[in-house]
Amino acid sequence: MSLLELKNLHVSVDGNEILKGIDLTVNPGEVHAIMGPNGSGKSTLASVLAGREEYEVTAGEIHYADQDLLELDAETRAREGLFLAFQYPVEIPGVSNTYFLRAALNAIRTHRGEEEIDAIDFLALVREKVKVVKLDESLLKRPVNEGFSGGEKKRNEIFHLAVLEPKLAILDETDSGLDIDALKIVADGVNSLRGPDRSFVLITHYQRLLNYIVPDFVHVLIDGRIVRSGDRELALQLEDQGYEWLEVEPAQAAGA
Amino acid sequence: MTQASTNTGAFSSALDAVASLPAPELLQDLRARGRESFATLGLPTRRQEEWRFTGLKAIEGEVFESPSAVAPRIDVTPWRVSDARLLVFVDGIFAPDVSEIGDLPDGVVVSNLVLGATSGSEAVAQHLGSLAPLEEHPFAALNSALIADGAFIHVPAGMELDRPIQLVFISGSEGRATLSAPRILIVAEAGSRATVVEQHIGDGASSLSCPVTEIVIGDKAVLNHVIVQEENLSAHHLAVRQIKLAAGSRYSAQAISVGGALARTDIGVVLDGEHAEASLDGLYLGDGSQQADTHLTVRHASPNCRSFQLYKGVLAGRAKSVFNGRIIVDQDAQKTDAKQSNRNLLLSDDAVVNSNPQLEIFADDVRCTHGSTVGQLDDEAVFYLRSRGIGHDEAIQLLTLAFAGEILERVPVVELRERLEKVVAVRLTAIADSRGNE
Repeated sequence: MSLLELKNLHVSVDGNEILKGIDLTVNPGEVHAIMGPNGSGKSTLASVLAGREEYEVTAGEIHYADQDLLELDAETRAREGLFLAFQYPVEIPGVSNTYFLRAALNAIRTHRGEEEIDAIDFLALVREKVKVVKLDESLLKRPVNEGFSGGEKKRNEIFHLAVLEPKLAILDETDSGLDIDALKIVADGVNSLRGPDRSFVLITHYQRLLNYIVPDFVHVLIDGRIVRSGDRELALQLEDQGYEWLEVEPAQAAGA
Repeated sequence: MTQASTNTGAFSSALDAVASLPAPELLQDLRARGRESFATLGLPTRRQEEWRFTGLKAIEGEVFESPSAVAPRIDVTPWRVSDARLLVFVDGIFAPDVSEIGDLPDGVVVSNLVLGATSGSEAVAQHLGSLAPLEEHPFAALNSALIADGAFIHVPAGMELDRPIQLVFISGSEGRATLSAPRILIVAEAGSRATVVEQHIGDGASSLSCPVTEIVIGDKAVLNHVIVQEENLSAHHLAVRQIKLAAGSRYSAQAISVGGALARTDIGVVLDGEHAEASLDGLYLGDGSQQADTHLTVRHASPNCRSFQLYKGVLAGRAKSVFNGRIIVDQDAQKTDAKQSNRNLLLSDDAVVNSNPQLEIFADDVRCTHGSTVGQLDDEAVFYLRSRGIGHDEAIQLLTLAFAGEILERVPVVELRERLEKVVAVRLTAIADSRGNE
């Protein structure tokens, strides 16, 4: 039984069609990488999955955990175990990182019919999870992402992921703007969170991330279509040859 | 000013009633001056620049009752800061039975104004009426004309008071539409240190309260002042606050305004000695047809002074707000450092903000900045919270509370700050609910 299934997904923004018929199936425990040049529609795909409202689905379907994902608002998707690590994590002045995370975790737990986590158990949980991405504990008390460095913001996203324990995590260019040490920390964090009940969709421009997080499948997105799918060898091939060889013959490539 | 006699007529019975109340000579003189000035000035109209955006229609035709000495009907315990010295006033009249001043260190005076005036305090004689713009401001005049009693705080030189002093003013006693004139005089002598909490609450009527606060701060003295306006939602609150700072002194104020149909405060600060510093922060919430106005003038009259203001507003429904901020830097006030900021969050399409920060600089070596913003919550921030599982309404609530929190966290009295955080959260929830029902 697949966790996520996209069928012929078409998406427009302000009347411009960005995604032009995406088919994708993600099973529990799988790690899929979606690669593509700038403007190919990668971040649009992430946004549509997370429930951003300015994107209009003009055709196609998205099934997630036996539900019609498009019927669910953003918060319900999150409570059902879908997580988006933002390309540009948002600064929230005046709301501490832990307060925010506890509110999020409790919203998810309440949705599942579980009791809210108390302050002491939450603190223990946070202390444990903060090690996953070697995040400085001082960043927990600070307002969410405010004054964080670029690398700290990305690590904070993975820290949130670790605490909220989603079924499906979508990482939108989490590798962008990271130096190699930060990239390794993020990758180690993600690898430690892999498991049979958790799937990942890694959206990335560069194959560099995939040296550290080895995907089960690689898909190449060009001009709103998945033009080729394969295993990690495809990513290595892209690193050698760039995207051009796929752009010239999209029709053939799509059929490959 | 022929119009004056026509639009102040509604107040004459209250003025007559107060005039006949016995009072020390000092207060009687002030009443006479106030009455004369009010008769000349009259109620302001929208034709006057300072009152262009503040409509007084609601009080113009109203006949308000004059205050009388009654015991408070409401229990002030919920408002009480537990370790504070407490003075309670009902419609401006001291209520000794529910006040708890306690033993005071030598030389410190925390009392009602009548006692201060009758005990022959030089501070009262010297400073009462010395700062309030009696001749120019109609409500400073009206307050003086109606003065019955008030609070008097005198901290002698070098004295540091640990326990805060809390003044609770209840207006509209027994649900009557009273006209009251709370009065506060604070004299902080050189090197002293004190914290004063000024609280205005209502007893369920569309009353009119026009408090006047005069604060004189001596060399190197430090005064913290928290002003909380939680009057009933049909009440009118027109306050005047005037502060004068001597060299090296510091005044820090947080004004939290959540109540009142119309709540306006006119504040004047004069930095009158080198290296004085004034920080004035404010938070106002408005919903329904509430109006919350702040008119603030900070005058740098000496070199090397610093002044900072951050006023934030959250407005929903058809609420209105005016922020008029003026920083005046005198010619010889070199090395002035002044910063003024007004930030407004609009939660509805019908809420209106008039924000008007102004600088008048006559010195040439100064650092002055000012600015104002009016906007909505950041959509991206709302989405970020929702994408982590936090519901839409809760996300808005959380972000709004965080916006307000920047001011609340500056309140130095922890117990009061925690209570205010709850009060603001409850108000914001009510605003969110009324939005949800639209």
